[in-house]
Amino acid sequence: MNKEAMQKKYMSYWQRNKKTQGYLLKKDIKNFSYRIIRFFLLFGMCFLILQPIFNKITISFMAEEDLYNAMVISVPEHFTTSNYMLAAKFMNYFKTLCNTFFVSFTIAILQIVVCTVVGYGFARFEFPFKRFWFACVMLVIVIPPQTISSSLHLHFRYFDMFGIMKLITGHTINLRGSALPYYMMSAGCMGLKNGLYIYMIRQFFRNIPKEMEEAAYVDGCSTLKTFIRIMLPDAKPILTSCFLFAFVWQWTDGFYSKMFLGNIKLLSIQLPQIGEQLNKYLTHTLNQATGASVGYTQCVISTGTLMVILPLLILYLFAQKGFVESLSSTGIKM
Amino acid sequence: MVYSMKWQKKYKGLQRRKAISGYLFIMPFIIGFLTFMVKPFFQSLYMSFCKVEISSGGFHMLFDGLTNYIRAFTIDTEYNRLLTEDIGKMTYTALAIMVFSFFVAMILNQKFKGRAFVRAIFFLPVILSSGVILGIEYDNSLLASVQDAIQGSMGNSSITSIIQKILTTSGMASGALKKVFEIVDGVYDVAIASGIQIIIFLSGLQTISKNMYEAAEIEGCTGWESLWKITFPMISPLFLVNWVYTIVDFCMRSDNQVMEKISNTMIVDLNYGFASAMAWVYFGIVIAIIGISSLIISKGVYYYE
Repeated sequence: MNKEAMQKKYMSYWQRNKKTQGYLLKKDIKNFSYRIIRFFLLFGMCFLILQPIFNKITISFMAEEDLYNAMVISVPEHFTTSNYMLAAKFMNYFKTLCNTFFVSFTIAILQIVVCTVVGYGFARFEFPFKRFWFACVMLVIVIPPQTISSSLHLHFRYFDMFGIMKLITGHTINLRGSALPYYMMSAGCMGLKNGLYIYMIRQFFRNIPKEMEEAAYVDGCSTLKTFIRIMLPDAKPILTSCFLFAFVWQWTDGFYSKMFLGNIKLLSIQLPQIGEQLNKYLTHTLNQATGASVGYTQCVISTGTLMVILPLLILYLFAQKGFVESLSSTGIKM
Repeated sequence: MVYSMKWQKKYKGLQRRKAISGYLFIMPFIIGFLTFMVKPFFQSLYMSFCKVEISSGGFHMLFDGLTNYIRAFTIDTEYNRLLTEDIGKMTYTALAIMVFSFFVAMILNQKFKGRAFVRAIFFLPVILSSGVILGIEYDNSLLASVQDAIQGSMGNSSITSIIQKILTTSGMASGALKKVFEIVDGVYDVAIASGIQIIIFLSGLQTISKNMYEAAEIEGCTGWESLWKITFPMISPLFLVNWVYTIVDFCMRSDNQVMEKISNTMIVDLNYGFASAMAWVYFGIVIAIIGISSLIISKGVYYYE
């Protein structure tokens, strides 16, 4: 573009502006300043969310003396990976990681399979007392598991299937510490946030047009076959997002894990114990008199936290669409 | 008899077969609900009125009247304070979360460069704020104290504290304003707790058709007016969903002090009766809050179609 043409365009903008009695300029300035304000807002909020992670990353590479050096803020002076070694040692990382992966994966699969079946039942069939049972689902969402935890605790401590065990062997079995109760609860839709999954899946199936199902029935498809062959392939996005949520929440869950899966070494149980372990290690193994300082304990704990969420972050990077987009397309309503 | 006749009339042939298969589909839920929810539910309610004794052979519950409840409210030194603190905190954090998530959803619904990236960051808290990680985040007080030390040595203070000082000296800082400052200082907690709420609001905003805004603009509606007259009514059902979700989520968080006390009483002291009583009081209050507030909100909810 040569100079003349540029000038022509420039002129014409002012002329156009004049023609609209200054409206065009006003609108452009408004838009531009709005965009700048929005940029700063978003930048600030993104920074707010990401900053603790960055902070953890830099701290995890610092040696102990760096923590108390006021000059060192974000770039470590004595670069070290010993924090990772220690955290991995205390958590027994690789074994625990495998355990956690196995438990979260199997439980998430089980929960989603059961919740899909139940959600489909609520969405596509008419049966007596449907509203009552759905109210029960809402109740499951609302009741904090802690309310009934004391009773569940005893329920599995002295577990008995309708009194059969006591008749045969004379005493009840202690299921606490084994993973079985939690798998049983998951199979009965009573796991972590399962009511929510039922609700979301039902919401999805309700939006599928009735004609699909009717056409299948007319062609001689059975109820179960319709569900598996016609409905399930459509529901893939919502199912993956529910699965991802179930997986992630199970991974970090402390409550159910502590209560039912105490004997299996899981990341969510090992993580809060790092501080204690560090103290023990320093006093017993290295024979230090004082134990770990507050700063150093926090440093190792935040390294451990990083190691726990790292697999989740990687998962999130690859499956970000699965988490978000499918949920926003379901149209949650009440 | 009459009822069963009616039932047979209403559900016969195909309808009846479908009703039966419907029940078969939700069977897992019914079984799970009856065994793992109803029984523990009533048992823990009963337990809260009992003295639970644990022996090697099993446990016995001796009916003890309201002792546990009286102990929770009058004898226990912490419970009342924790309860009021927690409920208060819940109310204003939930409000802040609603405002924040609505605001962010509005921004994220607009088109701009790098939107996918920004969205990815805003939903990150769904992972970061779950389970034990949140509790650990909460303990991480070292960084805060180090920062305070640095700021103190440099003679600076944060913007909020300066504004607060100005407002206090001019006599404008009332109790409500102090709460606002508390929220602003804790904006990280709010941001990290509102991942799901943003998604829900965003899903609602995406379903509003563009034609409505266009029509309103042609009629001379400003953006501000169309926010109040179109956006708010259209997504008002989601306010109800989000409100309930936020409160329920708050109750189940791992850094909730009341819940911590309850599980400590149960696991460390093995005092099951007292723990259930405290849990039931908390649950009752939360249910009352949810019920009353959703009644109020549902009056203002507008259902399109």
